[in-house]
Amino acid sequence: MSEKTEVATRERVTGRPRLLIKQKAGFVYCPGCHHPLVARAVAEVLEELKVDDKAIGVFDIGCNSFLVGLLDIDGVLTPHGRPPDMATAVKHIYPDNVVFTIQGDGGLLSIGADPLMGALSRAEKITLIMLNNAVYGTTGGQMAPTSLAGQITTTTPEGRDVSKTGFPIHAAEMIATFKGTAYSARGAVNNPYNYERTREYLKAAFQKQMSNVGLSFVEVICDCPSNWHLSPADSLKWIEEKMIPEFPLGEFKNVDKIE
Amino acid sequence: MSERMFIEGNVAIAWGATMAGCQAFFGYPITPQNEITEWFAREFPRMGRVFVQTQSELGSINMLYGAAATGVRAMTSSSSPGWSLMQETVSDLMNAELPCVIVDVQRGGPGGGPIRHAQQDYFQCTRGGGHGDYRNIVLTPASSQECCDLTQLAFHLADKYRNPVLVMSDAIVGRLRETVEVAAIDFGPVPAKDWAVAGKARHGDGKRRVVDHCGDLFARYPSYQALLQSLDKRIKRMQEAEVRYEDYQTEDAKTILVAYGYTARVSKEAVNTARAEGIKAGLIRLITAWPFPYEVIGQKARQGSKFLVVEDSLGQLLEDVRVAVPSSADVGLVSILDRHMPSDGGMILPDKVLAKIKEMQ
Repeated sequence: MSEKTEVATRERVTGRPRLLIKQKAGFVYCPGCHHPLVARAVAEVLEELKVDDKAIGVFDIGCNSFLVGLLDIDGVLTPHGRPPDMATAVKHIYPDNVVFTIQGDGGLLSIGADPLMGALSRAEKITLIMLNNAVYGTTGGQMAPTSLAGQITTTTPEGRDVSKTGFPIHAAEMIATFKGTAYSARGAVNNPYNYERTREYLKAAFQKQMSNVGLSFVEVICDCPSNWHLSPADSLKWIEEKMIPEFPLGEFKNVDKIE
Repeated sequence: MSERMFIEGNVAIAWGATMAGCQAFFGYPITPQNEITEWFAREFPRMGRVFVQTQSELGSINMLYGAAATGVRAMTSSSSPGWSLMQETVSDLMNAELPCVIVDVQRGGPGGGPIRHAQQDYFQCTRGGGHGDYRNIVLTPASSQECCDLTQLAFHLADKYRNPVLVMSDAIVGRLRETVEVAAIDFGPVPAKDWAVAGKARHGDGKRRVVDHCGDLFARYPSYQALLQSLDKRIKRMQEAEVRYEDYQTEDAKTILVAYGYTARVSKEAVNTARAEGIKAGLIRLITAWPFPYEVIGQKARQGSKFLVVEDSLGQLLEDVRVAVPSSADVGLVSILDRHMPSDGGMILPDKVLAKIKEMQ
């Protein structure tokens, strides 16, 4: 089944999310990129929860920043790595709104470790979404905090040597260890089954915020065909064979009350 | 409301912010401005306003960005090293055109420096420590009363120009306790914030709002050039309308002192003593360090006045005075090297300033 037919089928079955802004010429994402799929999942979930006009998205620097152009909600763009701080302030000022961040793995786990730790330690009632594609995408494919052992990137041309550069960070597992975390999960969008599961994770995460339980987090494994130097089809294979074994999918924390 | 209080400059800043309708404060502990953060921690929750103790000054400035994006009046406060840490986002606030107030209660540097008083952040505050072309109004209080009033003015000017405003205090002004008339000041109307994010449900037109720090990327401006033209226009408007200074006995003065903050108080005392001894001295006390009163200083210099800069640094304000006067003009300096003792408790005292005034006669 061609990609085109798949999209047509999905739209026939579920319709097109109103929140997903129709793109004109000059679509910014590379062929096969998963970022727009995450935008679609977020749009579907916000509509399903009927909070689209209460949602405020905070977007980082990186490929994720262009998602602000795909989602028809109020948005804040921030300097690199800082969305949890902005989201914290927005949520304190508008506690009844649904406030979420979208960041890449470098933005959240490397340059943004300070805001992340701050939000986790204060147990902010916000939803953090991290797109993990194991590289810095916008800047041309450098090693990220989630790059796999042996992975070739522009700053690890011989493959990531974990004895010198450390190991990939498992964000969903790490964030689950914080007492103030209500929800932590990792999904993928590399096939329809995983896409549906990721949608459920996102829905659960937003619901935790809406019931004021605690911080919620969803990591989404994404591809990056351009910087992995693989075709979109081979990228899907790489996710199954390399990414998911290192970053298992599932829920790592799901509580309704934090005492 | 209006109430007389006997309070420190730092606390007066907090009262000023409250009078101005500040709704959110974000702060991280750093000496010598902890009284500000502690005041907000104690008082703001009771008032139903937002206080967050941040994980770092990065957190403070970025939360300020988030709060300002919602259009509420918001503030953060720090001291020199913390102010350094904030600079990247200060630059972003300028691009995003987010009105907000930042307080820097200066301490010594460079680096860790002493945690006591100094006036070494002048360049960083007036020239922008962050990257890119920008300018911001810098208000410099010299008393507890001014801490209260100028903080209120800072919120007004931030909204008026849609540009962050800095209050540059110092450890002595911050910790000095004086009587303050705490009252809300009406500076007149400011533009509506119809650009602020709040969730689409809160917007009359139901259309989305996006706050961004790129300018041309998301069509706030049609091009990068258009963004820069807008910045340039705003800088010129502020330069034309917002120069503020106190002119103290300069009318017939042969020697004019230029100072701000605690050294301006010291200078004023030196001027009074000099006058009592028949020496024609005067003082131009900066209220805005940016925009700078180049015009009045240049005019006085052309009329033949000599200038003496008094600042608790190696000479930063000095450079602005030199720009203002003809190159042949006589400009003296009483600097941090003229403190009364070499430890970090040393201060510039009036007798040193007076001696320098006499030297220049």
